Amino acid sequence: MVENRPWANFFAHTVLIIGVALVIFPVYIALVASTQAPGDLLRGTMPLLPGSHGIENYKLMWQSGVSTANSPPAAKMLWNSFVMAMAITVGKLSISLLSAFAIVYFRFRFRMFFFWLIFVTLMLPVEVRIIPTFQVVADLKMLNSFAGLSIPLIASATATFLFRQFFMTIPEEMLEAARVDGAGPLKFFKDILLPLSVTNIAALFVIMFIYGWNQYLWPLLITTDPNYTTIVMGIQRMTAEENPQWHLVMAAVVMAALPPVLVILFMQRLFVKGLTETEK
Amino acid sequence: MQTKRMTFPGKWLPFALLAPQVIITLIFFIWPAGQALYQSLLREDAFGLRTTFVGLENFARLFRDGAYLNSLSVTVVFAVGTTLLSMTVALLMASTVNRMIRSRSTYTTLLVWPYAIAPALAGVLWWFIFNPSIGIVPYMLEMVGYRWNHRNSGSDAMLLVILAAAWKQISYNFLFFLAGLQSIPQSLIEAASIDGASPFKRFWTIVFPLLSPTTFFLMVVNVVYAMFDTFGIIHTTTQGGPAQSTNILVYKVYADGFVGLNLGSSAAQSVILMVIVVVLTVIQFRFIERRVNY
Repeated sequence: MVENRPWANFFAHTVLIIGVALVIFPVYIALVASTQAPGDLLRGTMPLLPGSHGIENYKLMWQSGVSTANSPPAAKMLWNSFVMAMAITVGKLSISLLSAFAIVYFRFRFRMFFFWLIFVTLMLPVEVRIIPTFQVVADLKMLNSFAGLSIPLIASATATFLFRQFFMTIPEEMLEAARVDGAGPLKFFKDILLPLSVTNIAALFVIMFIYGWNQYLWPLLITTDPNYTTIVMGIQRMTAEENPQWHLVMAAVVMAALPPVLVILFMQRLFVKGLTETEK
Repeated sequence: MQTKRMTFPGKWLPFALLAPQVIITLIFFIWPAGQALYQSLLREDAFGLRTTFVGLENFARLFRDGAYLNSLSVTVVFAVGTTLLSMTVALLMASTVNRMIRSRSTYTTLLVWPYAIAPALAGVLWWFIFNPSIGIVPYMLEMVGYRWNHRNSGSDAMLLVILAAAWKQISYNFLFFLAGLQSIPQSLIEAASIDGASPFKRFWTIVFPLLSPTTFFLMVVNVVYAMFDTFGIIHTTTQGGPAQSTNILVYKVYADGFVGLNLGSSAAQSVILMVIVVVLTVIQFRFIERRVNY
């Protein structure tokens, strides 16, 4: 900072601490609620300090879930979310890498056409074409399956653009050298392009994993079989009950939020890179 | 569009490489979008036995329909409220964090994680906090004499969904504002400071104008977020109620189509939403092209 004014620093820290406290508040409340005994939350006043029933609540939720809400144990739902998020992430990354490679390193008819076709997907979020997309998935007999959960969501214009931008910055000499050495396109892709893209892939991986994990509307519509319930949609089922068991709901909320939050905290640098670059 | 000077020869390989992306795009994006366009021109009778071509009648009906116009204005209030709230808080946080040297990364870490929370979970969290019978905030509001009840009061419900939506978006805006602030040359600020400009004056006359590209970009992104990514928040909290007061457009498409089974109207609403996304995307991209030259 330009000048050093102690009161200004003090003021700035105060603002930030209040801000951070407000941002953390809802999650703190969830943590506190998830450690209470079954009846404690219904007594009118919400306790502000953690209770002593945390372990048993989490264990109950993890192993058996809330059976009246027809929701499977959290362990099962977390696994479903993980499979779905991984399928979406790996799918998005692979098809985007391949199409960016084709667009940058080949000259073929209708190249621009395909480029725009992919671009259009940016403008068609699943929320706006929900009913016809549901019909397509139903016609393809993909309801209640991991394929139905993930494949319709894996087209990715942003990832394709990002990889295209990145490939454009790779020096021409790389390609020349590879061709002189007699490398074909697939060998070039596998041995040169992929290793050079590792950081970009990792950064996008963080963003896409979170995107996949947090899907809500789509799994809600296309899965009715509890075997495919993801944790985010499972929580909604639990809250929609007559008298939600808040201590268990909040334990589930914490378990649902933890994996993506940990991904961000451990990969913060990659996360920021992925975020700022995909939006450009 | 640019390509490399040198490329690989190959007639079929590029098509094979593009095939997975293109097939998925055609089956799950283009075809359903086309279907929505087509269905928006049809009307189905009450038993689903007969469909008739009605042209633009579905659209005309929508704009005569009080519920739709209400949903439109609810969406505007929601999007503007969410955008303003999350951007103001994020800018305040980013400009204070930007002053810090040693503690900058700690504060950043403490502020970025809500990005990872699903909108549906954000909805559940805030709904719980504001629950009229057991929530902590209504309890506190009671002490200052306000009876919070988002089950009856439309404005309470709107405030609840705006808070949940803005809370989740603060981290995103914060990161972009912080990046924007860090790209402002320190020398400009030093010069102004030597001329005797106070911190607030420096902010309004130098920092804020230089930040305007970031601000504009974030405005578009936030409006898109509020309009399209907040389905989960609405669905887990108010479900559009009470009395339609939080029934935003994206939620109404779902409710009219899946719950009400009014396919023609729902399809027409989808088409209107698509037009809105196209417009917002074009603005975003034109602007981003400008920013590259900036």
